[in-house]
Amino acid sequence: MLKKPKKLLGTELLEFTVNGQKRMAVVRPAHTLLDVLRDQMGLTGAKPGCKNGDCGACTVLVDGQPVKSCLMLAVEACGHEITTIEGLKGTPIQQLFVQEFAFQCGYCTSGFIMNCHALTQIHPDADEALIREWLQSNLCRCTGYEEISKAIHAALEQQRSR
Amino acid sequence: MLVVGRSIPKKESWYKVTGAAKYNADYNETGQLYAWLVTSIYGHALIKGIDKSLSLSMPGVLAVVTGDSAARLTGPALEDRPPLAADRVRYFGEPVAIVVANSPVQAKEAAGMVKVTYEPLPPVNSITEALEKKALLHEGLAFYQPLKPNDIFVQSGSNIANQIKIRKGDMARGWSESETVIESRATLPPSVHAAMEPRNVRAEIKPDGAVFIHTSSQGPYDVKKEISSYFGLNESRVTVQVPLVGGGFGGKTTPQLEILAVLASQAVHGQPVKLEESREQDFTSSPGHLGLEACVKLGATRDGMIKALEISCWVDTGAYTDSGVKMARAIAADCAGPYNIENIHGDSYCIYTNHTYVTAFRSFGRLSHTFALERAMDKLAYSLGMDPLELRRRNLIKPGQYSATGVRLNASNTGNLTACLDRLQELIKWEEGLRIETGPHKVRAKGISCFWKTSSTPTNASAGALITFNQDGTVNLNIGAVEIGMGIKTALAQLLAEKLRMDINKINVVMDVNTSTSPWHWKTAASMTGFMVGNAVLEAAEDAAKQLCRIASIVLKCPPEVLEVGGEKVFLKADPAIYVDFKTIACGYEYPDGNAIGGEILGRGNFIMHHLSPMNPETGAGKTGPAWAVGAQAVEVELDTLDYTYRILKAATVIDAGKIINPQNARGLITGGMCMGLGYGCREASLYDSGGVRMNPQFRTYHLMRFGEQPEYLVDFVETPQVDAPYGMRGIGEHGIIGIPAALANALSTAAQVSLDFTPLTPEAIWSTKKGGPQ
Repeated sequence: MLKKPKKLLGTELLEFTVNGQKRMAVVRPAHTLLDVLRDQMGLTGAKPGCKNGDCGACTVLVDGQPVKSCLMLAVEACGHEITTIEGLKGTPIQQLFVQEFAFQCGYCTSGFIMNCHALTQIHPDADEALIREWLQSNLCRCTGYEEISKAIHAALEQQRSR
Repeated sequence: MLVVGRSIPKKESWYKVTGAAKYNADYNETGQLYAWLVTSIYGHALIKGIDKSLSLSMPGVLAVVTGDSAARLTGPALEDRPPLAADRVRYFGEPVAIVVANSPVQAKEAAGMVKVTYEPLPPVNSITEALEKKALLHEGLAFYQPLKPNDIFVQSGSNIANQIKIRKGDMARGWSESETVIESRATLPPSVHAAMEPRNVRAEIKPDGAVFIHTSSQGPYDVKKEISSYFGLNESRVTVQVPLVGGGFGGKTTPQLEILAVLASQAVHGQPVKLEESREQDFTSSPGHLGLEACVKLGATRDGMIKALEISCWVDTGAYTDSGVKMARAIAADCAGPYNIENIHGDSYCIYTNHTYVTAFRSFGRLSHTFALERAMDKLAYSLGMDPLELRRRNLIKPGQYSATGVRLNASNTGNLTACLDRLQELIKWEEGLRIETGPHKVRAKGISCFWKTSSTPTNASAGALITFNQDGTVNLNIGAVEIGMGIKTALAQLLAEKLRMDINKINVVMDVNTSTSPWHWKTAASMTGFMVGNAVLEAAEDAAKQLCRIASIVLKCPPEVLEVGGEKVFLKADPAIYVDFKTIACGYEYPDGNAIGGEILGRGNFIMHHLSPMNPETGAGKTGPAWAVGAQAVEVELDTLDYTYRILKAATVIDAGKIINPQNARGLITGGMCMGLGYGCREASLYDSGGVRMNPQFRTYHLMRFGEQPEYLVDFVETPQVDAPYGMRGIGEHGIIGIPAALANALSTAAQVSLDFTPLTPEAIWSTKKGGPQ
């Protein structure tokens, strides 16, 4: 006789929209969006740096807004458009990060780029104070931020002149 | 030069901006299990018992590994550290047990169920408490094994793990020639590397006993050596693989988690086990950056010529020595700074405390020592009524003079610090004044620091390089240097492209390091990778070129001596129109009739340090590194004299880089170093409560510099070639940090008109010092 399968409390098979594709994942209530992206979808561009919302290395976009994916429960992300670094293809900010040498080890880079990209989309007229307010949510230990600053300024410049 | 001196973007650039760059924890192994560390909640305690029964009964748990009192101790210089604490914990965060489970969540939950019973002991919370023997950390100190004989001088019955002496000249004469004498003390706390990628490892033991390790490490070959020695395997049984590393700064130079991961894998019959540290564990369980206390006494003539230096440095190595003993030695070797001082009495001590143990950190101790010395230089200038920059200029060490350890200096091994200081003076606009009142309660002030650093590698540190060819004539470069962010793989490709005079885009650099297939490299540390591996690459290039010319000489019907390589061709020097392409000969040449000669060209090169010697135990005499990199730095601040908050306006570095391989990259290394130095100078410190418990093990409480806080950076280079280095280059990866905390303290001391001889230089601490209270 077939035994009734044991279902773990609260675990659900859920559908997500990631980088324009429908993706399925088995999710515990306590899973963060970062866990699901990395462990179930193989999208490892978002990095764990602190899992505490302090470093921003796991930043992704949720409906175009930058979100630290370690601070968002996976279930909260259902029904929203999620964009990870793997979903960015040839954007100006990526090109500018390369051109300006805006990274060394590269571990914080995905998060910085997602945040910068969102800034150019949401606030193309961002002034110095706003740039600073936004990018202070990400940490970089290698650079002195000079190159990242050049890259975001150039990206905003390009956006405006378009 | 075709390629050297050009700002070529890093080879892995597009991987890093698209999420395609893979770091160690991004990989998983089929059948992988997950480990989680149980760590000490006390700074110092006896372990009275460990009850793992509840943990073992949790779902998915396969093993709980605990320490063994009889286990061999480990350490890169002095074997004093149990991989897992058995009877006693000596720092907060020390690994006590490892839980292995089917999922990360299960492992972490079960780790919380391991019940460790402690009996707290009084913690040794500072260097002073250690010297007062508030408690002895290692009763068995005298029995610990140094890896090399006559290398470590422990003082049994104390907390002193090593003492290094520098005795140069005649102190009595030095003091008698001195018309002014000043004394200065400095205190710098331990801190953390805070690489953005937390330390992590995977280990697996195959059915035949072979061990495979994937780790985030700067020293894969040291991991191989340590694992084979610790587990009694020959080195061919151990393979260590390292992909891109998410920042190192010295924190990933010595093995730690690797041993734990192998122990965990052993406990589950060799299955692959992944062990990742949380940020909190990375900050507390894995080694950090040393703390330092130092006393400096300087004597000089009235016109500012330094005649005597007496310096004592106490390194807070934490609970175990790891690289602390070596850093104490490195500090001793460079103790006079880049100044010509004929009479020196130096003592450097490595001190145990109940803090997290320490390992290499960017500058290998020099930034802390430089802080102490450069504060003393400013005090000497003040006492002489002399411009601090002029005092330094008068005493800069020059060719023909001798270092504290008796090395005779020349332009090649030291560079031109006078030129650096001159350029710095212009860059920072020194002439406009050191202290300028800019408003009712605002003061703008400048401070400077000089620095120098040589390396402290083993005297036989070595590197290799292997060049292979593809059938289309393009090239693969395989080296044991780890890419930790400094762009070394690209720089080495630039050296190779320059040497073979070829297009750098036709060079593929093997990005990951595999100790079974990549040639040995001592480790990616000490700013020595460009020098050591670079020399090996140049030799490999010459070897390949020679082989190419030999085959080409048959094809072109001439002696090999009349041929030259360039543009992926071998051509006649006298007539480049007569040539043969790499692709025709690099993997064997085929005659029109089908007969063939040659075979794949394999270029090989190696390099080993030469003329280095260990330091004399009584005098310190010896040569620890092939050359120094020297430089001068400045910081400009604006201080609010009411509340002592300040803004860092400018930070400047002029360094003699020998030859810049990649200008934009070099600037980034220097500005990054300066930013890290400013963070350490103004806010970073590992804080402990009275019980030795770490108070700030998170980025939320341990603050790094953030975007927008960086000052205006001024960077320039002097290029005095180091003749035995590739194209004259000097290693500069660490150096941006060295003098910055000192320059910041000098600027703030001038601004606040009070001696600030400590870090972190928080407004509260400046206020307190100004009011005569405790720091």
